[in-house]
Amino acid sequence: MNRSKPISGELLRLKEEIHQYAIDFGLDFYPVVFEVCDYDTVNILAAQGGFPSRYPHWRFGMEYDKLSKSYAYGLSKIYEMVINTNPVYAYLLKANNFLDQKLVMAHVYGHADFFKNNLWFKSTNKAMMDVMANNGTKIRKYMDRYGQDRVEEFIDRVLSLENLLDINVLFESAERRNQAPKDYEAMNEALREQEESDRSQALRSFMRSKLNNESDDVSEGEEEKPEEIQVRAPLNERPSHIEPRDIMKYLIEFAPLEEWEADILGCLREEAYYFLPQRMTKIMNEGWASYWHSKIMTEKALKSSEIIEFADKHSGVMAMSRQNINPYKIGIEMMRDIEFRWNTGRFGKEYNECTNMEERENWHRPTNVGREKIFEVRKTHNDITFIDEFFTREFCERMQLFTYKYNPRSGRFEIDNRDFLAIKQKLLSSLTNFGSPVIEVESGNFNNRGELHLMHRHQGVDLDMQFAAETMRNIFYIWKRPVNLTTIQEETEVTLHFDGKTMKPLK
Amino acid sequence: MDHPIKRDHNRFRKIVKGRIRDNLKKYVSNGEMPAPKGDGSYKIPMPSIDTPRFKFGDKQQGGVGQGDGQPGDPVEGQEGEQGQPGQGEAGEGEGNKELEVELSLDELAQILGEELSLPNIEPKGNKTMASVSEKYSSIGTVGPDSLKHFKRSYREALKRQVATGTYDDKNPIIIPIKSDMRYRSSSTSIEYENSAVVIYMMDVSGSMGDEQKEIVRTESFWINLWLKSQYKDIEIRYIIHDATAKEVDEDTFFRTRESGGTLISSAFKLCREIIQSDYNPDDWNIYPFHFSDGDNWSTDDTKLCLDILDNDIIPASNVFCYGQVESRYGSGQFYKDLHGRYGEDSEDVTLSKIKNKEAILDSIKDFLGKGK
Repeated sequence: MNRSKPISGELLRLKEEIHQYAIDFGLDFYPVVFEVCDYDTVNILAAQGGFPSRYPHWRFGMEYDKLSKSYAYGLSKIYEMVINTNPVYAYLLKANNFLDQKLVMAHVYGHADFFKNNLWFKSTNKAMMDVMANNGTKIRKYMDRYGQDRVEEFIDRVLSLENLLDINVLFESAERRNQAPKDYEAMNEALREQEESDRSQALRSFMRSKLNNESDDVSEGEEEKPEEIQVRAPLNERPSHIEPRDIMKYLIEFAPLEEWEADILGCLREEAYYFLPQRMTKIMNEGWASYWHSKIMTEKALKSSEIIEFADKHSGVMAMSRQNINPYKIGIEMMRDIEFRWNTGRFGKEYNECTNMEERENWHRPTNVGREKIFEVRKTHNDITFIDEFFTREFCERMQLFTYKYNPRSGRFEIDNRDFLAIKQKLLSSLTNFGSPVIEVESGNFNNRGELHLMHRHQGVDLDMQFAAETMRNIFYIWKRPVNLTTIQEETEVTLHFDGKTMKPLK
Repeated sequence: MDHPIKRDHNRFRKIVKGRIRDNLKKYVSNGEMPAPKGDGSYKIPMPSIDTPRFKFGDKQQGGVGQGDGQPGDPVEGQEGEQGQPGQGEAGEGEGNKELEVELSLDELAQILGEELSLPNIEPKGNKTMASVSEKYSSIGTVGPDSLKHFKRSYREALKRQVATGTYDDKNPIIIPIKSDMRYRSSSTSIEYENSAVVIYMMDVSGSMGDEQKEIVRTESFWINLWLKSQYKDIEIRYIIHDATAKEVDEDTFFRTRESGGTLISSAFKLCREIIQSDYNPDDWNIYPFHFSDGDNWSTDDTKLCLDILDNDIIPASNVFCYGQVESRYGSGQFYKDLHGRYGEDSEDVTLSKIKNKEAILDSIKDFLGKGK
């Protein structure tokens, strides 16, 4: 049953038109495939992160429940969805009016260009649609074999680790990408073999087989029984081939996992890394897409009768709240600001060191390299470097930003200050490590007792301790030995020890 | 076939139901009652099921916003209330909102039943309440086109053509005419159901405070829920009393507060009247519930109460239930009187003391645990 249909008729003509505008503006993208679907399908897709087929897990059901309800109550509506693959798939909501579709298409071309050209996306697998579907098939098979509850429980635990990623992994992946298809074949073959012969032969997880390929080890898969828990020698030192924050990989290699567990961990890790660049470039990506939808619409695609409605829709998207910054708004304004500055020569040593406010204000050297500059920016930056480099004092003041914090005396959040450096600092720290705490593996043999030792690199904000305890419970389940976490709580360093039941500070 | 996400969705609902079961005691004793929706389902608020992760504590973090205001001004407004296009592509929703779960009456009653291991009620009396239901189980010769039965119509036409000799097996074209047409038609079936009535009586004299009423309210909600799941049709009547009794609607029942003395017999008399005039005990399953703090005006009145119970109410009822809500002012004498008369394991009378909100669930089990 096909829930979404390729576009046809008027929409197809519209797509061709917008496509041409995008090319004329110099955007560069993989082919874009638009499909229309009804709201239910959009909700399903959104619940599954944009992909039509995922592994079975209740959290997709929960997401779907939420989305369906907020759609039914008219609280929110998903206009569009686009996924980073080749070709790029984008979904249009059937019930949207023509102008909405136009706007969405223009927006999508912005994303498509960004997906293809931004360096942080270089290693993402453009055939992710298939990978996701394969992971789903694999996990479903494991569920058939080991029981749905057992597998789902394991997935629940692994999802706790989903944000313990290391961004450096994104750049080691050319080899990883080449390896992947081979491993899938090996994987599938193993599965097939087992089904046919029904021997109790251990599965070769793709991470394992990759390891074997690298080190040319003797294959140990043959004698191993699936039930047998393999205990590896705990490590005193961090292995050099694993990035310190890549905790999922560390566990794949060193936790006493069964084959299927290691395989699932591998699958989920792969999916987590696929989504990572999108988390790292939210502001830029949305800013870029918004910049281009606004450009294409106002300069090319809009009919004069549509302008008011477009302005209404556009401003709805750009609205800022007092609680959060809107990545669409900050993104598009910064892109425009950069273009303006590089068009008027407001960059470089001379401008930066100019202290005469009036001169700065009226600075004009017709350098006219603005467009070029933003194309370069979209290629090389991520949100952190983007804010760090282009978030200027003038821009900050124009945007009327402020920082806020919790006031324990009044019990509410209050505006803290409007100081440029403080705001920038806050923005940067909220983006550091894609908004997650920095947690590193310190040792797999803490106290010489085979315990896991994690280190929280504290950067001014304490961890949520209730969540930390629950997370450590899940890591304990995977590591099967006590887990320790060194962090800073209320300005004192503590090491918390989780022994499977309770979490206690270690003296 | 449905999309696989429906399975994920069912799985999610199963988990949610498990959570509700685990936390039923909390829900009940907090007096957080599921809000009924128009379509017969109930909304239950519950905290979102978050996957635990290492994350920052909320309070220290603060953030960046936009707008007017001086330092020290509150940052109001709802977090993330803006619907944004293109939200889907990141696949990264941080959902902290409360979940609102919808359960049908039956699902909710099932949870209650499983948690308290309540037996199903064996109704007494004949099934006399006629409930009419229509089922499309037969075929008729007239009807609207939307109910046309193609296969039957075809068969009729074929039969007719074969019989009249117009059927040609070289060129088997069947043309139905009007008299061949067959339609699904409904037949009315009358099923007899057990009928039940619940009569709540409550002491609203000065000694029953708001907390006591809240307990009664919570308890009656869950009792109703269970009985509704057991009987197809159920009627509920409310009586309040101090020294005199009157019948009221549900809203008044839980709101009214009177001062003055307490004559429990007044309520029992009214209850007797209601039963005698409206509910024939042979046809109806009758559940009188009485809640008070145990104070009665005089021993004479208590004697009168017991007489009414013995002669009229108990013989007519499935089970007579008395719940005594502890209050600072009540003496609790009435419980002792009833206990002295009927003892612990009477078949026809259930007594329960409700100390506080935590005890509601146990008391519900006392009342409904007999399966009557």
